[in-house]
Formats: sequence, structure tokens, C-alpha cells
Amino acid sequence: MSAVASLREIQERVIDANRSGAPLRLRGAGTKDFYGERLEGELLDLRSHRGVIDYEPSELVITARCGTPLSEIEALLAAHGQFLAFEPPAFAGDPTIGGVIAAGLSGPRRLQVGAARDFVLGAKLVEASGEELSFGGRVMKNVAGFDVSRLLCGSLGFLGIITEVSLKVLPRPRCEQTLVLRLSSQDALAVFNRWGSLPLPISGAAWVEGSAWVRLSGAPPAVRAACQRIGGDSVDEVGAADFWGGLRHCTHRFFDDSTIWRVSVPSNAVLEPGEKLLIDWGGALRWYAGEAMGARARTLASGVGGTAMCWRGQTVQPRFHPLSKTVAQIHRRLKQHFDPRVIFNRGRLVAVETGA
Amino acid sequence: MPPELNPHPAHTAEPPWSDPDRRLSPAAAQAVVEALRTLLPADAVLSSQQELHPYECDGLAAFRRIPLAVALPRTEAEVREVLLTCREHDVPVIARGAGTGLSGGAMPHPCSVVLSLARLNRILDIDPVARTARVQPGVRNLEVSEAAAPYGLYYAPDPSSQLACTIGGNVAENSGGVHCLKYGLTVHNVLGIRAYTIDGERIELGGGALDSPGLDLLALSIGSEGLLLVVTEVLVKLVPRPALARVVMASYDDVGKAGDAVAAIIAAGIIPAGLEMMDRKASVAVEPFVKAGYDLSAAAILLAEADGTPDEVTEEVSEVERVLRAAGATAIAVSSSEQERLRFWSGRKNAFPAAGRVSPDYYCMDGTIPRKNLGHMLKAIEEMEERYGLRCMNVFHAGDGNLHPLILFDANRSGEWERADRFGAEILELCVQLGGTITGEHGVGIEKINSMCVQFSPRERTAFFSIKEAFDPHGLLNPGKAIPTLRRCAEYGKMHIRHGALPHPDLPRF
Repeated sequence: MSAVASLREIQERVIDANRSGAPLRLRGAGTKDFYGERLEGELLDLRSHRGVIDYEPSELVITARCGTPLSEIEALLAAHGQFLAFEPPAFAGDPTIGGVIAAGLSGPRRLQVGAARDFVLGAKLVEASGEELSFGGRVMKNVAGFDVSRLLCGSLGFLGIITEVSLKVLPRPRCEQTLVLRLSSQDALAVFNRWGSLPLPISGAAWVEGSAWVRLSGAPPAVRAACQRIGGDSVDEVGAADFWGGLRHCTHRFFDDSTIWRVSVPSNAVLEPGEKLLIDWGGALRWYAGEAMGARARTLASGVGGTAMCWRGQTVQPRFHPLSKTVAQIHRRLKQHFDPRVIFNRGRLVAVETGA
Repeated sequence: MPPELNPHPAHTAEPPWSDPDRRLSPAAAQAVVEALRTLLPADAVLSSQQELHPYECDGLAAFRRIPLAVALPRTEAEVREVLLTCREHDVPVIARGAGTGLSGGAMPHPCSVVLSLARLNRILDIDPVARTARVQPGVRNLEVSEAAAPYGLYYAPDPSSQLACTIGGNVAENSGGVHCLKYGLTVHNVLGIRAYTIDGERIELGGGALDSPGLDLLALSIGSEGLLLVVTEVLVKLVPRPALARVVMASYDDVGKAGDAVAAIIAAGIIPAGLEMMDRKASVAVEPFVKAGYDLSAAAILLAEADGTPDEVTEEVSEVERVLRAAGATAIAVSSSEQERLRFWSGRKNAFPAAGRVSPDYYCMDGTIPRKNLGHMLKAIEEMEERYGLRCMNVFHAGDGNLHPLILFDANRSGEWERADRFGAEILELCVQLGGTITGEHGVGIEKINSMCVQFSPRERTAFFSIKEAFDPHGLLNPGKAIPTLRRCAEYGKMHIRHGALPHPDLPRF
């Protein structure tokens, strides 16, 4: 199908839904159907609106339609020695780039390079009227108008359908080395924070099952110097790819548990260590497995200025950390303006509709 | 009911304070000032013409308006009181930091209260372990790095006005700097903000934890030019200061070649800490003042900075040198000491003041284009210089395609400002045509509001107003800035077509 035809099809579905008020459930490859509060509405599969529109390695920007598979983008970038530095999770499948940005999730490298939203330069949005709007652009610096393209990152379809994105890409690090050290979780947090304040090229700092894993990425001399400073045992390339991939895609055996909480806190926050803990982002992300943590996660996280979401299992409502009253009100008003009949992904990001 | 208290029209209508000529009755104006005086200490409310004068404009002096009053609160509670008072009296609020902005974002409305955050100037906390600083909005950008220096940390965004500009202003404008290709803009370095809505509601966005539920309202607020919220506290990320930095300076006999050299560095997989370019007109203007040792025979000079560990810097410098030579550099110099590095940079950093020395006035543009179009843009600017009868010197944040053409003019000569203004607008339109944007880092403010009509469709602009309304339903925060109304764009469009249809478009017009 041509891009014009696939876009028109999306627009027609939106116009129909907006007329009838019947909600639409937006979906790419469906790798993140588990993610969010709930799924509601008639399926709108966005995979046919696909294809890379523009990519010039020396501009450090790639522009693609929403349905483009992540694997296609990653292969294209890899052929030019570049990558999506925020390491979007693919889980067990091959998500679309639209889904990657709509969810806004980032992998272990976040502590060095930033999150998905930090790489969003522009986006197109089909809003409830069916019209396609364009925000941001294909350049590194752009402060014309509100930053709607970053707002769309992680919006889970709340404002409409992301039909196209422009992302900043980076050259692959020229050298990478992973080290592993036997440490307690408390000691790991202490060294992660200490190393974080030194000019070391740390691109991953995680702890699980009694071991701290540290990844260094950058120019060879910088990586060599950092390896000496940090110590521990070197991990070969296959072992490193396995471990960081397991964290990035949540395929590490830790994630086999039927209940998983994702707790985001300041990197130096002291929380109870627990048996079933996985630390990522140098301490800023703590995963808890098992039912023992339960809804206490939210109280604990709030106590240190953090947030907790129920990633899997347990019927906790809402699954995402609740919004403050003022923030919820702004969400309601945005929804009223952008999607007054609440046709897009009803209740998936935040259930504002009932109070609207 | 007085007209000021009428219910707010739907967001597709003209926002109530977008009309710069709207006035309050003298009694209503007096009532606002008196209400502020009962809330704030005597020295925190300014209302005489003499006191108001310094607040009539920001760093863009071409646009001026005297406000109704200036409020200078010292505490967050006082900020809230000022907002509630303005809300109650239905008058606009213009938040202001140091007033160094270059797009007129802090230019008052004649009926507005300027809310200066300059006295909220305390660094509340530096956490060297979590690598964060919690600061009030009136803290100057450079102060944060100075306070973090004992821990080997600093705050990365470094706009050229960093000595004076405030963090609050940086948040409002999403300020960049010469190092943002590698270290990011304000949006990449602010972890959280605390702010107030026009209704006096406190709101916390982001924070010490990286995951935030709901929409990313933090990203939306950064760069929102004071239209959505008034920020009272900012949590910024601190990063380790690199052990060493060195700069490579290369000369080119052709600006196109210099542009290609920039692309070649990126293509080689190098992201320099800074990558700047200036044309001969700019280097000739700065050299007599700073004596940076620039090659005045070069059509363009490139500055590329490498930072990191000493070994890392040595390796990157030799790689950069190799790429720059291969791209046709006619001369290359590498800084051998910190003093020399600063000297190489001094010319680039003093380009704006130098423009002020060689010309009575200058007008600084701020478009961004895909890097590959740099040569095309420079040729077009040369042609515009002829056509408008004005000179233009060019400095670029070449690494990220952000251009700062400095149009030189004399405001005392009849018609020169108008020509400079049109020259600038034409550059911005070309930026949009080349796939770029009308502002990379200075903001839209009042200055580029007409150019917004070129970059965004009516429906996109309506979406912006919807966002504003979700935060500020009464339209009181910095009205008339950043987003042009439909009516304004219609008027600009008509004027535009008329100019376009003029016979002899190559003749200067006044």
C-alpha cells in the first residue's frame, strides 16, 4: 500500500470513530499490549503505514513512518555505524517505531545518553479531526512552538496517532567493555553513585543476583582507563550482549516472575534491599519481583520522591503511579481539546475520561 | 460585569489579551497596583515610570512596552500571591529572569504585571552523590556550575549569556549553548520543576526519579516561553567535568568546504564537545578586539573541541585533524594550553559584541537548517545582502546546524531597521524551506511571531492554543507571544503576498 493510501485509511478510520464515538485501540506490532492501564476499542493496526522517509548519516537524523519495524531501522543504522542510543525494548518481538515512541521506554544506556524523549526531534500526529499535524522537525535544535513531539513520546495514544517520527541517532561507541563484580546491592549502589560523579564512560550499571555489571562505552583509551579504575572481571562480547539485552528487553530470567514492580527513584535512594531485586540505570531504576512488594512499592517510592508502577501481575488500579490533582486536571483539559469524544486508546495512559 | 471578567471564549477565537493595544481603565490599573502593594513589601512593587523603564524590553531592544507594574517577590508564597492577584484582576503576567532573552519573550504588555523572579536567587541544595542541584529560578546559569565545581561537577548548558542569564529563563527558552551537540539543551539537563499555574495551584513535574506517570508535561513546559506556568524551583542534572579539553582550529578557503568538513567529522563517528564556524566577515570583525589569532585570509574558520581523559582527547584531536585536512583545510592549529583554548574560543564567544562595535546596531537571527544546506544558505544570504543593501556576518553552531546571521544596520538611518527586519524574515523563511526551523534556541517571543505563520498550519497553531488553554484557561500568562493568532497570520499573509507581487523585487523597499 502506498503511504498516501495507508495514511488516508488511518484518517478515515479516525473520522468514522470520531463521528460514531466508538473508541479505537491503536496498535503496532502489539509487543506492548501488556503495558498501560487497559485496552479498549476496535483495533486499528498501524503497521501498513511504514517505511523510512529520510536518513542521512551525517545529519544524525532518521525519519520514519509509524509502522516501520524497529529491526528495519536498527539494521539500516547499523550499516552506517549508528544506532538508537536509548536502546528501546523490543521485548520478545519486533515493535514498530511508532509503538516505541508512543511507549517512550528506554534501555540500560539511559544513564549515559538519556531517554527516548531526549532523541525525539519531530513527530506527526493524526488528531481526532483526522487531520495530520506536524511538530518539531528534522534538526537538532528547534524551539519554535511548544515541544509537542516530545510530549507525544510516552503518550500511549492519549492525544492521537503518531504517524511519523524524526529521531536523533548517534554513532556506535568505538569500543565497549563489560565488567562484573561480586557486590551486595547496597555496595553496588554506593559505587554506582561514586563512579557517576567521575568522568568515566559508563553506559550501563546494573545489579542482580549478587553481581554488579558495568558497561563502558567510548573511545578506546577512555574505556581502557576506566576498566583499570573499576576492576572486576571482564565479560566477553557474547556474555555482555546477553546480559544487557536481557535487561533492555526484559528477557532476563528475573522477569519470569508473575509479579513485577518497576520503581523509579533518585539513584542514591535507600530502599529495602529485598531478595528479588534488580537494579538498573546506576540505581535510578529498581525492579522488584514477587508479590511481597505489592502496593507498598508505591508508598516506598513516594517516600523518596519516586514513582512505582505495577509492570505485571497483581490487579492494582491504577497500574501507573497516580497523578497529582493539578496534573490530572491538565490531562483532562488536553484530552478535551485533542480528543473530546475519547476515541483514542481510552483509559490506557490515564483514566481521565470519567472525571471529564 | 466588566469586560475583563467575561467568560473566556473558545480556543479557536482570539485569546483575550492577544491585542497589544487593549487598555485598562485608569481605575482598574490603579486597583491592580494597590492590591500588589497590600501583599508585598514596599520595595517589591514598582509602578513609577522611572522605575518601570528598565523593564520595558529584554535583550531585544527593538520591541518595547512599559508595563503596568513590576512585582519582585522574594518567596514562592509571594509569587503565588502575585499570580492570584493578577488572576483576580484579570491582567496579564509576564515572568522575567535576567532579561537577557533575544526574542522579546519578556517584553511587557501595557496592561501587564512583570513578575521578576530575580530575587528568588538561592541555590537550595547540591547533592554531589545523586549529581543534582535544586535551585530557584533567579539563580544565574554560571552560578550553578561554580557551586558544583568543588565536587568536580558542572551544569552543562552554557548559553553565551551564562554570566547573567537565569536558570528560570533557560527553562522558559530551552536554552542551548556551544556544547549542546554533545551535552544537550536545557530539556536534556533539567530533571524536574516546581511551578505555579495562573490559578495559584502548585505543580511538580519530573523530579529526582526518571520515570514520570502520564504525559511528559516537563518536556512540554521547557521552552514554553512563560505561556504555561511560572517556575519557582528547578532540579538540574550535574555532570562530571571532563579532565581536559582542547580545540582544533581549521581554515577553509570556501564556506561550502567548511560545511562539508562539519559533515565529514560527524560521518567519521565523532561527536565533538563543540563544533563552531564563522565566516570571514565575522572573523575580521572580532579579530581586532580579541586578538584570537584567527586566519583572516580564510573564507571560514571551524573550531572543534575534544574533551575527556588526556588519552581520549589526544586520540580525538588527531582524528579530527585528519578529517579536517582531508576535507581541504588550508591551515590547522591545535590549542596547547587552557589559555590558548580560551583564546581560540574568545573570538567566537565575542562575535555579538564585535558586531556591536563595527556597526551601530545589529540584528541576530537564530534559524536552524539541516547541516547539508549550509553552503546553500550562505550563498542565499550573500545575495540578500546585495538586495537589502545591508551587511551580514555569520556565526554558526555548525555541529547542530544552528545559524546566527548578524545583520548590521543603523537604526538612525531611515528605513534600515525595516530592511533588516525583512532581511531577517527572509532568512527564516528560507530556513523553513530548507527543512529547518525559524528558531533554534532564542525562542519565538514577539520577534518571530509572524514567521510562525510560515512554519505552522492554522490547525497546528490551534493545537498550540489548546495546550496553552489547558494550563492557562484565562490566557493571562505572557499573552500575544510565541503563537500567532489566526487573525495575525491572515494579516501577515496579505502583507506578504503584496510584497511578493511587487515589481522589481530586487530593489530595496522601505
